[in-house]
Amino acid sequence: MTAQVQAQTMTAQAPPAQRGFRFSPSALILPALLYLILTTQVPFFITIYYSFLNYNLTIPGDHPFVGFSNYAGLLSDPQNFRVILNTLVLTAGTLIITLVLGGLLAMLLNRPFVGRALVRTILISSFLVMPVVTAVVWKNMLLNPVFGFLSWLVTQLGGVPVDWLAAHPMGSIIAMVSWEWTPFAMLILLTGLQSLPDDQIEAARLDGANPWQEFRHIVLPHWTQALEVVILLETISVLQVYGEIYASTSGGPGVATTNLPYFIYQKAFGEYNIGVASAAGVIAVVLTNVLAVFMLRLISRNVSSGGHA
Amino acid sequence: MTTLPTPTQTQPATARYSAPNKNGLRVRNSLLTILTYLMAFVFFFPILWMLLAAFKTEAQAFATPPVFSFTPILDNFRTALTNYFPALAHSLIAALGSTALAFVLGLPAAFALAVYPTKRSRGVLTWMLSTKFMPAVGVIVPLFIIFKNLHLLDTLPGLILMYTTMNLPLVVWMMHSYMTEIPYAIYEAAKVDGANVSTEFFGIALPLSLPGISATALLAIIFAWNEVFFALNLTTSNAAPLSVFIGSFKTSEGLFWAQMSAAAALTVLPVMIFGWIAQRQLVRGLSFGAVK
Repeated sequence: MTAQVQAQTMTAQAPPAQRGFRFSPSALILPALLYLILTTQVPFFITIYYSFLNYNLTIPGDHPFVGFSNYAGLLSDPQNFRVILNTLVLTAGTLIITLVLGGLLAMLLNRPFVGRALVRTILISSFLVMPVVTAVVWKNMLLNPVFGFLSWLVTQLGGVPVDWLAAHPMGSIIAMVSWEWTPFAMLILLTGLQSLPDDQIEAARLDGANPWQEFRHIVLPHWTQALEVVILLETISVLQVYGEIYASTSGGPGVATTNLPYFIYQKAFGEYNIGVASAAGVIAVVLTNVLAVFMLRLISRNVSSGGHA
Repeated sequence: MTTLPTPTQTQPATARYSAPNKNGLRVRNSLLTILTYLMAFVFFFPILWMLLAAFKTEAQAFATPPVFSFTPILDNFRTALTNYFPALAHSLIAALGSTALAFVLGLPAAFALAVYPTKRSRGVLTWMLSTKFMPAVGVIVPLFIIFKNLHLLDTLPGLILMYTTMNLPLVVWMMHSYMTEIPYAIYEAAKVDGANVSTEFFGIALPLSLPGISATALLAIIFAWNEVFFALNLTTSNAAPLSVFIGSFKTSEGLFWAQMSAAAALTVLPVMIFGWIAQRQLVRGLSFGAVK
């Protein structure tokens, strides 16, 4: 059977001159391939090139080659370590919160109860909100120290109103981004849970496993793959958070919430310093690619190598 | 009890877990359900609060203590719509245009990779996906300069070009996964009847992966609609989509909350409804098929 199928495939591929068709089907891949090369690889190589130039849009004339001095400048300014640190804190903080809350919600939703489909639908909503909307709504209507809902809530509970974005700028950003990404973690982890056969849990219970043992020895091992997907995809995405910062703190106060993408935006479109912005862009790509390699390995491990042969 | 033979020896364990817990279990379950409702409410609250504010007067919108009961008004939507309309049109054109272009380029590629796989197919697929993980900040500087020279800055074609880049890997990857699910026997039968590549594509692959096409299209539209980085850095006014328009509210300190909420509600609701519709496919799309 399989031999037959293969033979069929071969004959379909071998005489391309069959009926006016003079190209191999692989040519159908070319437009997409070329498009992606033109819009991602070519600009990235230009970014690398720019990163070696002393290039400022406001300074006319030549853009002299300066070697690695843009990189050296970036890596020797202690303030820039704050930017890297911010990027990592934002990513790690969001990851921890979304994994805990998303995991909890996934387990809660993996039980039969009235209105489960509706609750699931409501819970994915925050993932679908545009980042800029999240930022302006949170900044004004929730976190405003005088008129914000949270300040009112804190006062009702006997506390003192807090200027969240000034007092806890990074915490506020982490809260916003976690709010957006918890549904993502929940959805993937819930799908992971749903493929866990009921009889495994039954068997564990019959053997007298307590809920913690049940979680530790049955749920967690089964969850590994879903957890990997959540951790990698979320890390790659949260490393690139921009809209939430742009529309709430603008990277401040000071550089308290400036992450790598926002820093590059400031260098490129605030200072028009193309050389330095490009060098930072290259660093961002390298940082992300280390993670992307793991992600790609993970995804392609689980997807059939393509086709039926 | 303890002297009983083996078959009942497991009973204490079972009993410990189920018998005295019948009622306790029910209570525990109800508590967990209440906790679930509560968490769903807390998570939805910011959206709810925004929706409510959209129907309030400006004074009610930033009143302290917050106003919970009020007579809903539609004025904010009326005001918002006048300013909002060009941005809405730009967002629609950019989202639909880029999705269409991504499908025109991506469907033939997905078809070839799924039905005529070669040694290199897997590598090509993985490489295409890898471009999705390329941070936009790694390409924005040259793109800005190229766009400036080609007069593509602040134009819809420029925005569509970049959104297509963003969605093309998704389309290829997802459609490849749907097209590999079509039984090969169907192609085989068609070949016996003398079908060529184009009949296979238009006659079999396309119609049979229609559910996949619609789910993928919904996802692509959501991603393009919600995109912020390229929108903010490549457009200013003539092609500014909703993300730029809403971003302009970032300095409105307690002045136009009701109006802002109305515009935000109009911005968020269409894609939220799309997302609710596509939620079964969401996991597959978001994880690129790694989790189904």
